[in-house]
Amino acid sequence: MSVSLTRRQVVTGIGLFSLGLLAGCDNSVSLSYKYGKDLSDKILGRTFKLKDSEGNLTTLSSFRGLMPMIFFGFTQCPAVCPTALARAVQIKKLMGKDGDTLQVVFITLDPERDTPAVLDAYVKTFDPSFVALHGTLEETAETAKEFGVFYEKIPSGSTYTLSHTATSFVYDTRGRLRVGLSPSLSAQECTEDLKTVMEVC
Amino acid sequence: MNSNAIKTAINVRVQTAVLGLFLLGTALQVSAQTQVDDAWVRATVAGQQATGAFMTVTASSDSKLLSVQTPIAKIVQIHESTMKNDVMSMHPVEFVALPAGTAVTLDPHSYHVMLIDLAGQVKEGDKVPLTLTVENASGEKESITVEAQARALNMPDHSKMH
Repeated sequence: MSVSLTRRQVVTGIGLFSLGLLAGCDNSVSLSYKYGKDLSDKILGRTFKLKDSEGNLTTLSSFRGLMPMIFFGFTQCPAVCPTALARAVQIKKLMGKDGDTLQVVFITLDPERDTPAVLDAYVKTFDPSFVALHGTLEETAETAKEFGVFYEKIPSGSTYTLSHTATSFVYDTRGRLRVGLSPSLSAQECTEDLKTVMEVC
Repeated sequence: MNSNAIKTAINVRVQTAVLGLFLLGTALQVSAQTQVDDAWVRATVAGQQATGAFMTVTASSDSKLLSVQTPIAKIVQIHESTMKNDVMSMHPVEFVALPAGTAVTLDPHSYHVMLIDLAGQVKEGDKVPLTLTVENASGEKESITVEAQARALNMPDHSKMH
C-alpha cells in the first residue's frame, strides 16, 4: 500500500516536473536570435554529473532558477578560453541587474592538468560567481559527447595542447537549452540575444 | 696516405671552425634587423602550468621566427590557433614567416608563443624576458631579447569589443 502510494507520488512528481519544463515558459515557439544559434530543438546537457571545485556533485538542475551559460575549455588555453570568460564578465555587466541570473559554468576538457584548485582560482579571477566543473577522463568525454562538443589532444613535443569547440551554451531559468553563442560574437551581441531569452523566461 | 687523410680531416675541421666564427661574427653584426613591439604575457593563477606570450614582430628582410626562449618556462613552443565552425584548433608550428617590412602579429587568434612548465606563477605586471631567434633568407640568425609585461588573466580582448 505504502509502496504504491510512493510510486503515485513519484509519478505525480514527474508529471508536475514535466509540466514545469513544458508550460512554465513560452517554449513552444523557438525564439529568434539576432546573432546566436537557436538550440531550442536540441536536447543537450540533461544528464551530465560533474564535480565543482569543492567536490559537490553538480548537474544542470543544480542551476535551477539561474540562466546557465556553459563553456568548455582548459586553463592552459592561451586564447579562446580567457577571451570567452572575459566576454562573459562583460556580458554580465551589460545585462545590469539581470546579469545576476546569468550563471557562467566552465567545464574543463583537461582534467589531467586542471586540478580543482587551479580551476577554481582560474574562473574566480574573472568573476567570483563563476563555477568550474570537472570529471574523470571518462565523465569529461561523456559530457562533451552529450553537448556535441568536439575536443582533441594535440601532441606537441613532450606535452600536448587541445583543440575544442568554443561555443557557449545558454539555458533558460527552467533548464531548457536556448541558444549557442559563437566565440566570434561580441559581448554586446551576446547580451542582446540573452535579453531575448530573458523575455520569455 | 693516412697522414694525408688526417691532414684533410684537420683542414675540414679548421675550415668549419673558421666558417663558424665567421657566421657568429655576422650574427653579432646583424643588429636591429627585426623589431619586436607590444610584447606581453598573460598572467596565470597559482599552479597553472602554461600560458601564452604575444607580440608584433617586424623583420627588415624576409625572415623566419624560429624559436623563443625565456627563463620562466622550461618549454617554449610556437603554436597557431585557427577557428573554424566555432572549433578552435591548435597546432605547433616550426616557424613563423616574417615577410620584409610586414608587422606580423602574434596574438591569441593566430600565431602565439606558448610558455610551458612555468617556474612559478606569472603575476600581473611581472617583466618576462623573451629571447627570439630570427633567421633571414641567407640563413643568418639574429637574437632579440625583449621584456614582455604580464597582463591580467581576465583582461578583456579588445579586438572583440565594439
